[in-house]
Amino acid sequence: MSSEWPLWEVFIRGQHGLNHRHVGSLHAPSAEMAIQNARDVYTRRNEGVSIWVVRSNDIAASAPSDKGPLFEPSNAKVYRHPTFFDIPDDVGHM
Amino acid sequence: MYAQMVTSEGGKARDEMTPEERAFQDRIDRGERIEPKDWMPEGYRKTLIRQIGQHAHSEVVGQLPEGNWITRAPTLERKQILLAKVQDEAGHGLYLYSAAETLGVSRDELTGMLLAGKMKYSSIFNYPTLTWADIGAVGWLVDGAAIMNQVPLQRTSYGPYARAMVRICKEESFHQRQGYSIMMTMARGTPDQKAMAQDALNRFWYPSLMMFGPSDKDSVHSAQSMAWKIKINTNDELRQKFVDQTVPQARFLGLEIPDPGLAWNEEKGGHDFSQPDWSEFYEVLKGNGPCNAERMEARIEAWEDGAWVREGLMAHAEKRAAAHAAE
Repeated sequence: MSSEWPLWEVFIRGQHGLNHRHVGSLHAPSAEMAIQNARDVYTRRNEGVSIWVVRSNDIAASAPSDKGPLFEPSNAKVYRHPTFFDIPDDVGHM
Repeated sequence: MYAQMVTSEGGKARDEMTPEERAFQDRIDRGERIEPKDWMPEGYRKTLIRQIGQHAHSEVVGQLPEGNWITRAPTLERKQILLAKVQDEAGHGLYLYSAAETLGVSRDELTGMLLAGKMKYSSIFNYPTLTWADIGAVGWLVDGAAIMNQVPLQRTSYGPYARAMVRICKEESFHQRQGYSIMMTMARGTPDQKAMAQDALNRFWYPSLMMFGPSDKDSVHSAQSMAWKIKINTNDELRQKFVDQTVPQARFLGLEIPDPGLAWNEEKGGHDFSQPDWSEFYEVLKGNGPCNAERMEARIEAWEDGAWVREGLMAHAEKRAAAHAAE
């Protein structure tokens, strides 16, 4: 019973040059098997051209409770968005 | 549905809630998604494990009635298609187990509970697939009923569950169409083939209606699950939708729905129809359906016979990792 295979997170890059994207997870004994299984489970309909797998335990994640302080610095800097600046229509497209 | 009669825990009036519970309910009411590391009431977590686990078990056990026909499909093409469909079901089981695992239960624990008879799977998979036409009926009706339930669940409040549903719904429509395509071929075939198609519809109609579960308009469990948005529609709403969708499809096939009480009701804008025999449903849930024992036996056998593979591959991976580390 103690032989439960570890959990892996699966990332797939689609056809059009986009980033690898998290698609789900699966159990596998090794990285090689995780990639094999990911191919069978997550790319049955041409969803991808490249697969990454990483042990779920190896992922470090931010805590939801830190959401406020963690993202506050960017919330406070609205001037980072182009819409912050009023450009008269006469200037044309910018 | 694939998850039937899930009992929910922790129904509370708003003024009895702790501030955390109230904030949680507010998030759900605002349509926010709950993610694995977020705070959640224990009842929400437990109810979801029960529901998603049952759903996952249904996908896996659901492979058995169809697997029965892989070696006997009438053509090589049908065989390949059925194989692909059954493979999809295994994938659906995996997506759902993964979603359940984010709630702090392991897949082996869930499997253990299924094999010990402590968790259920959908009643529908306790009916046998006696003829090839049954494979058509299963795709058309059973997957059709599943879609009815799963489409709204794409908007469920728990993020990983909703995302699993999105993937599943994308694949499910192939399943229903392949079933209907089998039914079309049979219904346009010889009189004997058409009779087989009618017979399959006759046997699967009421069990399909049972998939939605008994009326829950007065159920406290359903009310709580709906407040948490892990259930979106009542069982009766979904059943009505399913009947209204299926009746014209049956008519197109030239097949008759086995219900003398079926009639269009102009006033409600839907069909009136007869309820299935709910005592049969409860018997099937208790383990007394035609195939309960056979299904559980097959799952237990698969689990036990696969043990050496699971252990062997793990031992091999550990050995290689150790050798790699020593280099």
